[in-house]
Amino acid sequence: MTEAIRNILKEHGRLSVDISTLTDAADLYQAGMTSHASVNVMLALEANFEIEFPDKFLRRSVFSSVSAISEAVDEIRAAR
Amino acid sequence: MTTVTAQEGAAPVGPRPLETVARIASEVARVHADSVDREGRFPAEAIEALKRARMLGVLVPASLGGPELGLDEVAAMCEALAHHCASTAMIFAMHHIQVACLVRHGQSSPLLRAYLTELNERQALIASVTSEVGVGGEMRASVTCVEQRDGRFTLDKDATTISYGEHADDLLATARRAPDAPRSDQVAVLLRKGDFTLERTSAWDTLGMRGTCSPGAKVRSSGPAEQVLPVPFADIASQTMVPVSHVLWSSVWLGIAAGAVGRARAFVRQQARARPGTTPPTAVRLAEVHNQLQTLRASVHEVSSDAGRRMAAGDPEALSSIGFSLKMNNLKVSASQLVVDIVHRALLICGIQGYKNDSPFSLGRHLRDAHSAALMIGNDRILATNASLLLVLKDE
Repeated sequence: MTEAIRNILKEHGRLSVDISTLTDAADLYQAGMTSHASVNVMLALEANFEIEFPDKFLRRSVFSSVSAISEAVDEIRAAR
Repeated sequence: MTTVTAQEGAAPVGPRPLETVARIASEVARVHADSVDREGRFPAEAIEALKRARMLGVLVPASLGGPELGLDEVAAMCEALAHHCASTAMIFAMHHIQVACLVRHGQSSPLLRAYLTELNERQALIASVTSEVGVGGEMRASVTCVEQRDGRFTLDKDATTISYGEHADDLLATARRAPDAPRSDQVAVLLRKGDFTLERTSAWDTLGMRGTCSPGAKVRSSGPAEQVLPVPFADIASQTMVPVSHVLWSSVWLGIAAGAVGRARAFVRQQARARPGTTPPTAVRLAEVHNQLQTLRASVHEVSSDAGRRMAAGDPEALSSIGFSLKMNNLKVSASQLVVDIVHRALLICGIQGYKNDSPFSLGRHLRDAHSAALMIGNDRILATNASLLLVLKDE
């Protein structure tokens, strides 16, 4: 799953560094992701994983790293 | 010279702070409003009166010796000041936006906690340095960066506008976190008097809000590294600076509108007194604009008390949920449009007496001040943000 998340971040995250140089725990905002870009990342994640992020997941911290995103996707899938 | 005792520090404002501010608005701000506007000068008398009444530290928490008033109370003060002088009100609003950011995001730092106590004791005025040449008006991006070495920071910034910067004690500036940080990875830094210099780079000769004295300037500063706020500016902006700005700005605009309608009411009453027994034709127009003012007032008060409750609840994310962000952005857009419409209608009621600059019913200043509302973070930019928020929000 982290590969899919990384591909989405590469396409929509508008990071100022190459995603492959970042660890799963690296702060994506410090890597240049803006809140506007995070909206597009979320839309792409919803399409890719066929999920919907409930409003309580729409927090800055949920999109702060590859592992944070991965945990959120797991949690949303488990709740289905 | 008197010294501030701990006891005085603990109970600095009177029992009815809103009444005190309303009195300063009518007794001081009103008297100087026209000269402030005409000369484009800082409203020194009103700000000095607010300092003497100890109104610059009202958001400082009780644990740090402050009165810890709610955001809705500060909003009501902004409204009261704007009845008589929108520049004074906007300066008061902008100052409290900076204080709110420090109160909500600086308290993990002993130095910043001590600063807040001192701000209340000294009644220090803080100005904001978020604008910068080269970022196209985007608050969430910086070109310049803060550099930290051996426990000290240095920060130089070429700002496009710094409201009342030359009259402020201290500044709160944004910059990239470090020399290698991307544009959006920002921090906020407190620059204290004596630690910075300002070199003016442009003039402030504007249509309205002339007393805010907001020319561009080059800032050069250095100081202890603890003055760099300990959390990302992204959090400060979304959790405090943006929501508090929208609430306090909208309150200023409501005050401008109420001031204009007040003049229209006085004008219609004068007409009615001239011919008792006949209702002046302008009275229906007055009823119409009074109705609009009530709509604006209801919407500003509802959002500001909601924001006050959320802030008091202590949840840092309470003001940055998507639902609430949409609500506040909607308030900003609608209030900034309504204020212009309301002042314009008041002008139609007062007619030539409103159009003249030397009449007691003059509305030129109100109209010019009101037009700033749509430009303070352009409404198109805010609607674009809402458009993208609506793509992700699932329910109300």
